[in-house]
Amino acid sequence: MGDLMKLLVAVKRVVDYNIKVHIKPDGSNVELAGARMSINPFDENAMEEAMRLKEIGVATEVVAVTVGTAAAQDVLRHALAMGADRAILLESADVLEPLGVAKLLKILVEREQPSLVLLGKQSIDDDTCQTGQMLAALLDYGQGAFISTLNIENGEAVVTREIEGGTEKIAVALPAVLTTDLRLNEPRYVKLPNLMMAKKKPIQTISAAEFGIDVSPRLALVKVADPPARKACAMVNNVQELVEKLRSEARVLP
Amino acid sequence: MSVLILAEHENQKLKPSVAQLVNAAQCWKQTVHVLLVGNDLAAAAQGAAAITGVASVMCVEAPHLQHPLAEDVANIIVGMGREYSVILAAHSAFGRNVLPRAAALLDVEMVGNVVEIQAPATYVRPIYVGNVFATVRSKDPIQVVTLRASRFDMADIGNNAEIVNLAPPPASAKTRWLSEIRNQSDRPELGSASVVVSGGRSLGSAENFESVLAPLAAKLHSALGATRSAVDAGFAPNDIQIGQTGTVVAPELYIAVGISGAVQHTAGMQDSKIVVAINHDPDASIFQMADYGLIADLFEAVPALTAALP
Ligand SMILES: Cc1cc2nc3c(=O)[nH]c(=O)nc-3n(C[C@H](O)[C@H](O)[C@H](O)COP(=O)(O)OP(=O)(O)OC[C@H]3O[C@@H](n4cnc5c(N)ncnc54)[C@H](O)[C@@H]3O)c2cc1C
Ligand SMILES: Nc1ncnc2c1ncn2[C@@H]1O[C@H](COP(=O)(O)O)[C@@H](O)[C@H]1O
Repeated sequence: MGDLMKLLVAVKRVVDYNIKVHIKPDGSNVELAGARMSINPFDENAMEEAMRLKEIGVATEVVAVTVGTAAAQDVLRHALAMGADRAILLESADVLEPLGVAKLLKILVEREQPSLVLLGKQSIDDDTCQTGQMLAALLDYGQGAFISTLNIENGEAVVTREIEGGTEKIAVALPAVLTTDLRLNEPRYVKLPNLMMAKKKPIQTISAAEFGIDVSPRLALVKVADPPARKACAMVNNVQELVEKLRSEARVLP
Repeated sequence: MSVLILAEHENQKLKPSVAQLVNAAQCWKQTVHVLLVGNDLAAAAQGAAAITGVASVMCVEAPHLQHPLAEDVANIIVGMGREYSVILAAHSAFGRNVLPRAAALLDVEMVGNVVEIQAPATYVRPIYVGNVFATVRSKDPIQVVTLRASRFDMADIGNNAEIVNLAPPPASAKTRWLSEIRNQSDRPELGSASVVVSGGRSLGSAENFESVLAPLAAKLHSALGATRSAVDAGFAPNDIQIGQTGTVVAPELYIAVGISGAVQHTAGMQDSKIVVAINHDPDASIFQMADYGLIADLFEAVPALTAALP
């Protein structure tokens, strides 16, 4: 540790944020077949921050990891194209929940011994916002969740993080787990030549089953449905009409 | 077995979400305990004890808990947690920071951002930026849940529950609190305001954001909100961002000014009762979320609206 700082960045493969997903006709789940998949946006911020720490000489090695099926290799390629030194696919066919992912990542952290683990603050598919905090708990590390600035100073990660109505600054002793907010940085654009080069870099595959832990889901998905429908919009012609409607129809104005 | 509610407070005042959580907790038909962690908790404890449906208020007070860290609060919950069958918090920045940590230590999965409790272990929660509502059933022996508090009515006031002081465990050796910046505003708190006026990137500058929207907000006694684009452009402070990555609001009246209506934004306001959209583009998707739409230039329409109000 110290002068040999290794970073582990967890990246997840999710439906691209531009895609509006559809529900299967039987309402059992969302239809993902054929949907465009990408790296979770917050995880790009985590990767970007790792690369910046490497560029300023604070980090020596950046390892990207994803937990999922072989298809998840494409987000590792993206991480490699952003500049990750190595990539690990923790291969698992199971439906994973944050606790299960955190348990698998914990074992990987124990093997790899990074000084810092960076995750996104939330995945945009399940919108759970839990994995980083759970990983920190299981490792008994300090946590900095939802960070918008990061500096490594004297063996601590000094971070600014979101709180209600403002921000706070905390110092988390290394090794630590941090989760990134979008405002932490502007992720670099991945250039095609880098992506081509990343295709040639090896990806280490580890079977999650090898870790021998139970990651079976604790939640059963009963059904999925559209959000409650809103009624159609009434267009008004001018401000007077708007005020009138808000007063007499919607009754939200005195 | 009982329900434990992790309460939020600020400047010795209890947040309104606590009364909403207490009300939501009644569906378990168990005794309800409220946990307060902080320093100088007397006033907040009184506030919690007054909520109908609360059996006990548990206070953990210490100077180092003035700005509670996730490490410390999760430890406190876990120390008490095995006595409880349900542990609840609001799906706020605070709840989202603490509860997953506590859940992992208790070896249970957490259910986050619940908008409806269908049965004691069956919940509805939005996924895919609020485009889909999932119903999930938890099999865990302890239910650890964060609720979108605004979806639940408040419990009544008029109780006098016992207040119990618990000894604080030692402070985390791993994390230190350094400082905080709270954005000062005399407007109502965004998360619980009954009217929200919200502006987008189209306001063009921080000066315009203030000069166009503040007079309307003043007349409506409303909170101000913003899109991420407006925040990123520096027109508005980041703690008023509404959406997937910001605050979730559910006011009686939401006025969207020059906002396109991206799902990442509407995820944060889709529970609003009445939505007004002002946008000069008739095809803006915000109109699909709105009850009343006005196709107009905001720089003319907003001052006119402000002037038309008493
Ligand atoms: C992972 C992720 C998370 C995100 N989280 C959030 C979030 O939490 N909150 C959020 O808000 N966004 C979020 N975003 C960004 C979101 O996708 C949109 O980019 C953003 O909401 C757009 O903001 P806007 O409506 O201000 O700007 P634009 O989309 O640029 O829309 C401006 C609108 O103003 C109208 N307009 C322009 N001039 C005038 C005028 N003079 N009079 C009237 N109307 C006018 C235009 O017609 C247009 O509809 C997120 C994005 C990602 C990828
Ligand atoms: N299957 C996964 N593989 C790798 N990282 C993950 C996985 N699931 C979650 N994460 C990480 O945890 C963060 C928060 O996810 P979540 O708790 O699901 O909202 C993500 O932004 C990722 O960094």
